[in-house]
Amino acid sequence: MTKTYSAFNLLREGLRGQKGWGPAWRSPKPRATYDVIIIGGGGHGLATAYYLVKNHGVTNVAVIEKGWLGGGNTGRNTTVIRSNYYYPESTALYDLSVKLYEGLSRELNYNVMFSQRGMVVTAHSEPEMELAARNVNAMRLNGADADLLDVDQVKKLAPILNFSPDARFPIHGAVWQGRAGTGRHDAVAWGYARAADALGVDIIQNCEVTDVITEGGRCVGVATTQGEIRGGAVGAAVAGHSSVLAKLAGYTLPITSFALQAFVSEPMKPVIDTVAFCPPYGTYFSQSDKGGLVIGGGLDRVPSYGQRGNMPIQEAVLGGLVEMAPALAKVKLLRHWAGIVDVTPDSSPIIGPSGVEGLYVNCGWGTGGFKAIPAGGTLFAHILATGTHHDISRPFDPDRFITGRLIDEGAASGIAH
Amino acid sequence: MQLFPCPFCGDRDEREFHFAGEAGKVRPDTAGSEAEVSAKDWSEYLYTQRNDHGHVREIWMHLPCQEVFLLERHSVTMAVIGATSFRDVGTKEASA
Ligand SMILES: Cc1cc2nc3c(=O)[nH]c(=O)nc-3n(C[C@H](O)[C@H](O)[C@H](O)COP(=O)(O)OP(=O)(O)OC[C@H]3O[C@@H](n4cnc5c(N)ncnc54)[C@H](O)[C@@H]3O)c2cc1C
Ligand SMILES: [Zn+2]
Repeated sequence: MTKTYSAFNLLREGLRGQKGWGPAWRSPKPRATYDVIIIGGGGHGLATAYYLVKNHGVTNVAVIEKGWLGGGNTGRNTTVIRSNYYYPESTALYDLSVKLYEGLSRELNYNVMFSQRGMVVTAHSEPEMELAARNVNAMRLNGADADLLDVDQVKKLAPILNFSPDARFPIHGAVWQGRAGTGRHDAVAWGYARAADALGVDIIQNCEVTDVITEGGRCVGVATTQGEIRGGAVGAAVAGHSSVLAKLAGYTLPITSFALQAFVSEPMKPVIDTVAFCPPYGTYFSQSDKGGLVIGGGLDRVPSYGQRGNMPIQEAVLGGLVEMAPALAKVKLLRHWAGIVDVTPDSSPIIGPSGVEGLYVNCGWGTGGFKAIPAGGTLFAHILATGTHHDISRPFDPDRFITGRLIDEGAASGIAH
Repeated sequence: MQLFPCPFCGDRDEREFHFAGEAGKVRPDTAGSEAEVSAKDWSEYLYTQRNDHGHVREIWMHLPCQEVFLLERHSVTMAVIGATSFRDVGTKEASA
């Protein structure tokens, strides 16, 4: 059975009718006990499992997923990867992730198609240009790459945008991050799954955690639709359903669930080769390698677990797209969907102890956790293996809602969340 | 476009409404000089959310008429179960 992907193997399998490939991961029956149980087979859960083995030598690990791998937000997002945040704590986190993404395809022997095509975040007035300069300075001081562009430079990078002085929001310039880009979201989940499986991690799909087992106030395992599974430490990375799991286990979270929508157009010839985001229109888009425009925007306005989204935001995002790039007005949409994201009061993630001993959380990534998968996995693995924070995860502990040291990144995201 | 019921104006476009928060939270009592509220209690009041999967009770405002009311919904199906003016429920019942 062919195990690794290489030019030679691709050629050989091409000549043999692609019959020699083995499954990318096993489908084992759950064992009775594991050293670490991870609930949620999205990008964060799978990456955590991988780094548990690779960085900490913890080999007896299970990932438990109620549906299929990456069927949550990891397979539903608009694939933007960037580290253009404002606070040092955030840059440390998201830039670690961008750096790990830069070597990920090679490390996992799986093409995650990280394409560093850069990202333009436009500014639409002179005061906005001043804020953009402040943002660029903050990013540079924190060690991320950033440039302030004038309108001519933006025109060169993304000529499809609306540069008319009569536009509702005329473009004055932009914040540019050249190392930002897009990745193939399913491939990130699959790449981590395959690599973790090869290191001995049991990935158990179609297995829902229905209860959390505690003994003497300590979490000792989970009840699932495939029976009880015990674990030394349990980690929950169940974006969108974080509060549902919290209720089962008896801890609380400062999280509200909202639908976030995305759109893909019919494929077309190349019209843009960067990620473009115009904050006042509430719309961003990029073009996938297949040619479809991948379009996203802000959160729905009504808290929801209904995975479909609603009309007002569709209108805002698509109306915004047409004002942002009028040439796209007649482009037809191919697909539209929504994911349920867990939003925190400061738009920053929550990583750390849940409040129930032995149970840890990785959640609250809201609209922006795809870019953070390699870092989230690294940090969560550190916590699950050692029981203590990594320096980079410490500021994201849930205790910040008690101490008041919030990391309010609502503005850096630029999108309502 | 979903219609939400304003107890004062009747069914209106959802875009006219503002979600103000979950119902049932009680602000810690800060009256009097002895009233010492712990950071944990403040945090719970300010940030902790029930975020229920299913039947929810929420405070909404209908912006055009400024009516503040209790909206009961289903957070998965998005069905509206009922709307009650705070004038009718009274603060006590609304925070139950
Ligand atoms: C439309 C949209 C666009 C987005 N765009 C971007 C973007 O451009 N860039 C970016 O960085 N981020 C983006 N995001 C956010 C990003 O997708 C998420 O933050 C990220 O995928 C979260 O990963 P995760 O592994 O934590 O969660 P998920 O991928 O959602 O995985 C959680 C898993 O837990 C499972 N689960 C839940 N409950 C249980 C249970 N009881 N038992 C077992 N399993 C359970 C679920 O089935 C799911 O597979 C977007 C999100 C959406 C919805
Ligand atoms: Zn009204």
